[in-house]
Amino acid sequence: MPGTYTPVGYLPVLIFLIIALGFGLGSLLFGYILRPRRPYDEKLSTYESGMVPEGEPRQKFSVQYYIIAILFVVFDVEAVFLYPWAVSFDKIGLYAFIEMILFIVVLVIGYIYAWRKDAFLWD
Amino acid sequence: MINQAFFFYFSAVIVATSLLAITRKNVMHGVLYMLLLFFHIAGLYLFLNAEFISAVQVIVYAGAIMVLFLFVIMLLNLRDDIRKKQFIATWPMGLLVSSGILMVILMAMLTIKTGAHGVWGIAQLERVTQTVAIGTVMYTQYLFPFEVASLVLLVAIIGAIVLAKKRIK
Repeated sequence: MPGTYTPVGYLPVLIFLIIALGFGLGSLLFGYILRPRRPYDEKLSTYESGMVPEGEPRQKFSVQYYIIAILFVVFDVEAVFLYPWAVSFDKIGLYAFIEMILFIVVLVIGYIYAWRKDAFLWD
Repeated sequence: MINQAFFFYFSAVIVATSLLAITRKNVMHGVLYMLLLFFHIAGLYLFLNAEFISAVQVIVYAGAIMVLFLFVIMLLNLRDDIRKKQFIATWPMGLLVSSGILMVILMAMLTIKTGAHGVWGIAQLERVTQTVAIGTVMYTQYLFPFEVASLVLLVAIIGAIVLAKKRIK
């Protein structure tokens, strides 16, 4: 139930977040108070390496990025599963070891499939 | 008292950012609000004595899945007219489906009865630490669901490659 447990060990994280937020907002506020404001049309226009910008700002990305992202998600999740296994390794015995080998083998099949389908090549 | 204050902060921000995420005109802004949402859900997990889940929420959701969302949005890069026709025109259907899901969740929540306390109380978790506790339970008691998870991940790899590689040729 929420409200019965306090993560006391995470107090440094909270202090860090407060300082980080305070520093970011503080410097923005400080700059806002101090800086002179003399805007004109040219200054407010979009800057693109000194050229007059043309076309849409957002361009279509290659579908290749999608494959890379989904492979990243999958192997990220695999790494997350490996972590509690590694930490509790001496308590769960051989059976869990074989089970983890199986898990990795299934994902290696996916990895080899991606490799053979040239998913890692940029075309 | 302080716990309740944190809980109300997290839940208020979660509700606010999820509303902002689905109402923004610019999809990119919506996704960035969702990033804020993921971080606050991680905070909520922390107060539910689930620090491992909280870390996974940050690593997998705020890290990997966020990248996937951003890439898909940049990939589609829809023009306004297409966007309206394809995604916003079917909102009654979306409302129907999501209210159906809401009904299921509500009915499930109303019938849940919490039983007696198990072994994994706050004191026990503090002694063996979170990650070790999850490891021992997941790789002994829940071996089969864990193996099924590997197949789900395999399907994700194969599905993505079959879908995306076809279009390149």
